[in-house]
Parts: sequence; C-alpha cells; structure tokens
Amino acid sequence: MASAEPAAPRGAARLFAAPLSLLMRLVDWPMSALQRLIGERRMAYVFLLPNIAFFGLFVFLPLIINVVFSVTGGTELFPSQRPFVGGEQYAYLFDCGSFLDPNSCREDHFWRGVANTARFTVFQVTAMVLFSLVTAVVLNMRIRARGFFRAVYFFPVLLSPVVVALTWKWILQRDGLLNAGITSLGGERILFLVDPSWAMFWIVFVSVWAHMGFYTLILLAGLQAIPADLYEAAEMDATPRWRVFWRITLPLLWPNMIVVIVLALIKGVQTFDEVFVLTGGGPGTATLMVVHYIYETAFSNQVQNFGLAAAASVVLGVVLFALTLAQLAAGSRKGAA
Amino acid sequence: MSLVTKLATARRKPGRWHWTDVAAYAYLALGVVLMFGPVLWLALSSFKTQAGLLEFPPSLLPMSQQEVVVPGHPQPLPLFSVTMPDGSTRVLAQVRRIGIQAQMVDPANPAEVIRVPIDKRTPVRGFKLATENYTEPLERFAFTRFLWNSVFVTVVATIITLIINSMAAYALSIYEFRGKNTVMLMVIGTLMIPITIILVPVYLVITELGLVNSLWAVILPGAATPTGVFLLRQYMLTLPRDLIEAARMDKASEWQIYWRIVMPLAMPALAVLAIFSVMWRWNEFLWPLAVLTKTESYTLQIGLNAFQGELQTQWHYLLAMTVVTLLPVALVFVFLQRFITTGIANTGMK
Repeated sequence: MASAEPAAPRGAARLFAAPLSLLMRLVDWPMSALQRLIGERRMAYVFLLPNIAFFGLFVFLPLIINVVFSVTGGTELFPSQRPFVGGEQYAYLFDCGSFLDPNSCREDHFWRGVANTARFTVFQVTAMVLFSLVTAVVLNMRIRARGFFRAVYFFPVLLSPVVVALTWKWILQRDGLLNAGITSLGGERILFLVDPSWAMFWIVFVSVWAHMGFYTLILLAGLQAIPADLYEAAEMDATPRWRVFWRITLPLLWPNMIVVIVLALIKGVQTFDEVFVLTGGGPGTATLMVVHYIYETAFSNQVQNFGLAAAASVVLGVVLFALTLAQLAAGSRKGAA
Repeated sequence: MSLVTKLATARRKPGRWHWTDVAAYAYLALGVVLMFGPVLWLALSSFKTQAGLLEFPPSLLPMSQQEVVVPGHPQPLPLFSVTMPDGSTRVLAQVRRIGIQAQMVDPANPAEVIRVPIDKRTPVRGFKLATENYTEPLERFAFTRFLWNSVFVTVVATIITLIINSMAAYALSIYEFRGKNTVMLMVIGTLMIPITIILVPVYLVITELGLVNSLWAVILPGAATPTGVFLLRQYMLTLPRDLIEAARMDKASEWQIYWRIVMPLAMPALAVLAIFSVMWRWNEFLWPLAVLTKTESYTLQIGLNAFQGELQTQWHYLLAMTVVTLLPVALVFVFLQRFITTGIANTGMK
C-alpha cells in the first residue's frame, strides 16, 4: 500500500472529497488489474487516454470537419448530406469589388465584420498597451497600499462579459449615470450606443476596462524582474527620471510588451461576448465583429449556412495562426533576452 | 485615520514631494473610481424600485418616493408634501394627475379629493432597499433554474477538468514513453485553437452525440484544457522522484501513486487550476449561446442575455440578476485575490 496519507482537503474541496475518494477507490481495482496486464510503463497511455480523447473529439476532429464543411454547401448539418462545392464558399466570401470597401462585396456583412474587428483591434491594442503600461509603472512605484491598488485594477478581469456589458449598458443608457453627469454640467444627453462612432469608442473603452488588469499584471511581472541596482546606479548618476524610463525601463520591459501586444491582438480578433451584449453589433452593423458574423451565419439566421460560417472561421483561423506564430517568435526572443 | 494620513503623505524620500508621486496617487484615485465605480453603481441601482430607476437625474442611494395604501384605491399611492394655499404643509397621496393639476387625498380622510397645482407638491422620499428585485425573479422567472444550471456546469466541469488534466499531467511528468513529444506538441497545438474557429464542427459533434440542449454539451468540449495540463505538469515535475520510487517498492499500483501521493502533493497547483476553471465556466458565453437553445437549459449568462432582450424596460430585475451573477466571482476574488494574481503572473493564463 502507498505509505503517504492524502493531505486533508480544505474549504470547498472537502465537500467533494468523500464521494470523489470513493469513486477513485472503485476505479482502483480495474486499473490495478490493467497494470498487471500491460505493465507499469504502458500505464502512461492509460493516464493520457481521457484527455487525448477529449482533445481529439472536441478539437482535432472539429478542425478537420471545419475544413470539410467549408468546401460543402446546402443547409444540412451532417457532412454526408452536404454537397461538395469546392472553393465556392471562399469565392463567395472574397467576391469583392474592392477589399477596402465592404459595400462592394457580395457578403458585405463579413467584410464589415472584418473592417470593424480590425478597427476595434487597433484601437484596443493601442489603448491597452498604453494604459496597462502606465498602470504597471505606477503600481511598481513605492506607493502605499500597493496590494489594494493592484487588486482594484485587476478585479474587472474576473467579471463575466455579460456582467461587464450590462454594467456599462446601464451607465451609458439614455437616462444613465453618464448622461446625468453631462446634463448636470449643462450639456446635452448623448445616445452613446446609438451613435456609430460613440458605439465603437465605448466597446473599445469597455473591453480595455475589463481586461486591462490582466495585461498590467504581465507588465508588472516584467518590471519587477528588472534588477534594482540598475536604478540605483542611475540615481547615483542623477539621471532624470524620464531618461531612466526611456533608457532602462522600456528596453528591459520590451519582451513583456511584445507578449502584451500579441496577446491583445489575438484576443481582439476574437472579440464577441461583450460587444454582442453591449451593442448587439449595432447600431446597424457599426460594431459587428467577425466572430459575431460567424455565429449569426451558422446559428441565428433563418437559413443556417454552416458552410459559409466554416469558411469564414477557416479564414479567421489562418489569421489567428499567424498571430500565434508571431507570439511564439516573440516568446523565443524573450527567452534569448 | 492614521492609515489615511500615511497614504496621503507617502512619498519617495522623506520630506520631498516629486511631482510623479502626486501624479501617481491622482492616477490611482481615478483608477479606484473608474474600476470600482461602475460595479458599485450597479449594486446600488439594483436596490432601487422600478420608479426609482426611472428618475433622472438618478439619486446615488436607493431613495424612493414613499407610497401609502389608501382604502378605495387598488394600487399604493405616492406620497407628496403639499404647500396649501394658506401656507401650511400637508402630506397627501396623489390619485391622478391631470395636466398641471393633481388630484390628491388625505390618507386619513380618503373620501375628500383635493385639487393641487403640481408645482406646489414635492415627493416624500425615504431610503428603501427594493429587495423584491431579488426575490421576485426567483419566483416569476426560470431564474433559479439558470442558477442551478450554472452551478451544475461549473462544479461538474471543474471536477472533470481537474481529474483528466491531472491524469495527463501525471503521465507527461512521471513517465518516459514513446510518443511523449508528439503528445506534448499536440497539447501545445491545442493552446492556440479557440472555440470560435471550430464552433460549427463542435456543434456537429455535440449533435451526433445527441447532447444539444443538454448541459453536458457545455461541460464536455472544454474539459481538457491545455493550460491545465501545462500548469499541473510543471508543478508535478518538481515533486521528488524518490517518493514515487519508494511507493513502487511498496507495491503501490500506478493508480494508487497518482491518487494517493501525487494528487495530494499537487494540491496547490490543483487549487489554482480549480479557481481558473470555476471562473472560465461560470463566465462562459459564446459556446453555451450556440448550443443551448431551450430556456430550461440556459446558464445564468445566457439567461441574463436573453432577459436583457425581453426585459429592456425591466431594469430592476435585470440589475438584480446581474448582481447575483457577479456575486460568486466577487467572493472568490475577495478571498483569493493574492492567489489569483500570482497564479496569473506565473502562468500567464486567464
């Protein structure tokens, strides 16, 4: 028998400990029998099996089916009932007079989604890098109650997109807190989510608000890894603070900055939840995102066009893959630095 | 108070204020308002009555006009303090308003109707927590159902995730076997694949398994997480090998070693993964939205989103339900804040 006694689980874990322990003891007997049959070393495969089965069924198989879907047409869900159409879905997606003008495309909603997502991502990444950098630098200063302030900036990260969106919807609505502030200062009420450019501003604002803490944390970790003696040496030489920031902090923080930029890019391209709840893609299609387009094409339109949605998600997948490669490249540079 | 003074007078070097210190504290103060403010406002608003929510400009605290039940009137009537023509003030209840005239009654003497110009009356207001915002949705809507669905999904999915990910991590950290590198590569590969790009085919798989509109459709696809495998494997690599060798000498089976020795020792890493799993599952939106179409299978997030479409005008229920939805995460945050932030800083996962 194993000699080590399991550590007593604490808190919520205790609630599930007893039934789990019983279950595991029940599994023990067949597992031991299996081990006698195949030997100790091959048990590794047995341990891997459930996880790999899940990965296979819900990630690898779907990846293949996705490509198959994208070259078929019709409205049936089952691949065997779907006629092969070759590159027709892609040709339809890319049937554009000019790629810079969504109106000239046959599938204008897709391209509007692309344009909106690109715009959103550029603004969002810029704002994210800027604000998380400032916040990380401030939180890294010798300030009081640092833990508290760190928690303040981090806490929205944990909120669900629906809660985030509803919270801001409540503030931004016609009779909301923000308009109350504006009218008390003598201004006119603004219909923030009805005006297209305001709607774009607010979805960028809200997603920066919601996710900034995460990126701040990454930059903060980078700042704390910068050796203190570099700063002490600079102080001895009476180097101005802005020059210290420019010559020491920023170059040494650069690897973390790249991680932040690439992660924010990847997340930005995938944006859906918050925008969907906050604006529903509107007004009109002013904040329609690519993922929203895919979701609607596949699930919520009257004609469920799975082939087109799959083709669009293959295109999205290619973009994300390129961004991930960029991240890996940045990661290996970080290792070298 | 001393903390506040300390807070206010902290600076880089004793006796000297640099402008960056001032700017830093100003920024932090702004941050507190901007980050906490919206959620605080949401929580305060959720205790306002329906009428209180319609007020513009809104009051900070859940103040509402007091109401009184007057015999002969089915609805409670709003109370006003009225300046009478003779200069005295009386507290009257308003029956109806016609143009600039209000028909009012004295609650003590409901038979006599008094006409009052509307500019002579001011509402009688009092602090009132509209707890019915919370209790009524529980009775009238499928809200408890959503709550239960969310709890079920979160708990079951987290247990499955912990078990199968720790099994895989155990295999990848303790054993040398053929194909180990391939498996590692596969795990890394799945890290980059978000559900958004395989939405349609996963839906097909779920349909083939006959799980559409079942909570298992939400639980299963995300159960194996590459980040989880990674986190646990990195931790298990640090466990002393001698312990496992000793257990093998004692004729413990591999399963017993995994369950009795490695799992208890990996508790810190398991706890971090458990917290993350709970957060992921509780907050998940796009996938449940695609795969759950029947109201009775909605999770809280999907239910809330559906409600905001139907109940645009019923903000009082919507806000209360939003607060209930954020409550578990807020509690987790309050108690495990340090744990979570170091977990994210170390693993880079969210």
